[in-house]
Amino acid sequence: MQTHDQPTLKAEARNFNFFYGEAQALKNINMPIYDKKVTALIGPSGCGKSTYLRSFNRMHDLYPGNRYEGEIRFFPDNTNLLSPEVDPIEVRMRVGMVFQKPNPFPKTIFENVAYGLRVRGENNKRMLDDKVEHALRGAAIWDEVKDRLQDLAPNLSGGQQQRLCIARALATDPELLLFDEPTSALDPIATGAIEELVHELKKRVTILIVTHNMQQAARVSDYTAYMYLGEMIEFGKTDEIFIKPKEKRTEDYITGRMG
Amino acid sequence: MNESLHVSSQFDEDLSRLRTHVLQMGGLVETQVSSAIDAYTTGEVTNVKTIVETDRKVNELEKAIDNDCAHIIAMRQPAASDLRLVFGISKIVTDLERTGDEAKKIAKGVRRIYEAGHTPSQYGVGVRHLADAALNMVRQSLDAFARLDAGLSLNVIRADDAVDVEFKSIIRQLITHMMEDPRTITVSMDIISIARAIERIGDHAKNISEQVIFVVEGRDIRHNKEAIK
Repeated sequence: MQTHDQPTLKAEARNFNFFYGEAQALKNINMPIYDKKVTALIGPSGCGKSTYLRSFNRMHDLYPGNRYEGEIRFFPDNTNLLSPEVDPIEVRMRVGMVFQKPNPFPKTIFENVAYGLRVRGENNKRMLDDKVEHALRGAAIWDEVKDRLQDLAPNLSGGQQQRLCIARALATDPELLLFDEPTSALDPIATGAIEELVHELKKRVTILIVTHNMQQAARVSDYTAYMYLGEMIEFGKTDEIFIKPKEKRTEDYITGRMG
Repeated sequence: MNESLHVSSQFDEDLSRLRTHVLQMGGLVETQVSSAIDAYTTGEVTNVKTIVETDRKVNELEKAIDNDCAHIIAMRQPAASDLRLVFGISKIVTDLERTGDEAKKIAKGVRRIYEAGHTPSQYGVGVRHLADAALNMVRQSLDAFARLDAGLSLNVIRADDAVDVEFKSIIRQLITHMMEDPRTITVSMDIISIARAIERIGDHAKNISEQVIFVVEGRDIRHNKEAIK
């Protein structure tokens, strides 16, 4: 179905370059991220999609020698996320991240979710209880853990751990969620649960997801960007990319052809 | 259309086998149509039998091709041009199978007319011309599929209008005959059903051509007069 309403921008990369030391990993990326939509980044290994994803919450700041050029504008306030004046900790409150392998802290289920709130200085017990429950419900795991909030998180199953990590990311009420291959370590049922969750989450948050599973990109995303060798080759509506891509390089990749 | 090879050579083989089967089915259907038209002119009743028998093979191929399409979708999750090809083929075989059915109707009508002691060409002036035009559409639509030629497909789609106009004029002429001489009603009714079958064959060739354009260009031009100008 075609809809004609123009989505609003949540973020936008403008002439964005990224360097690991001397090596340029991303070349002049220009791309919109639409508000409360799911955007999938696809491309072969080493194409820069994870590098790009991680730029949104300033993960690269953690290592010396990394360098950003250009802008990633964040709306509605039009902040440049990459600006040195912007505090990366503040950015990470607004931009949550979920990784490939579930990485719960070796703490209780409750403390995993409350962690970000405590970092922010929230210590009111009642407030924490409310927010933790809200986040766990949002990540569709509340019913499974509500009676064992004091159990250690690493004892959960892989799929539950991943949903717990999503709850942890949701607890600070982020505006943008980054998913870096969130289901590659999960079985098909747990994968289905995460995909269903992504669909639910986009009612309240914008999502950017890196995936190697093309069918997953087709299933969960509204927009898809194909990247190759650090360049953005094609960006468009997911329907169009998967039925009628404009670029032959996109076509070759998604149909599994040799370049 | 994308001619580069897939990383999976098995996938290339699956798709190429699928296309070969469609062309094989197309060849059978084309023969059915041309034999039916010959039977109309010559009254060769043996032809009629062959046409009916061929229809069984066509039906089997339709089922086999649809099954292969489902298999490829389930196993390969085709995307972009591959998806359009598989999806298009599954629609094309439906039209091919129906074209075969129409050829069978023509053949049976011809048999009835000859068995009643008439010669159809006496009554249906212009039917032979209509039939040649429709057969040409079938041939070109199959060529367009074989070569994935969107331009040729467009020609077929445009040709359908002329076939429709000619069909209507044949009907008018037969109605006049029947009013002038009620003894011709039985044979005229048979000729009308033959002419209608021919006109339907043109429609199916048009549908096939529309699918070829979708396969090649990803454009859906059905029910869109503007797109074919």
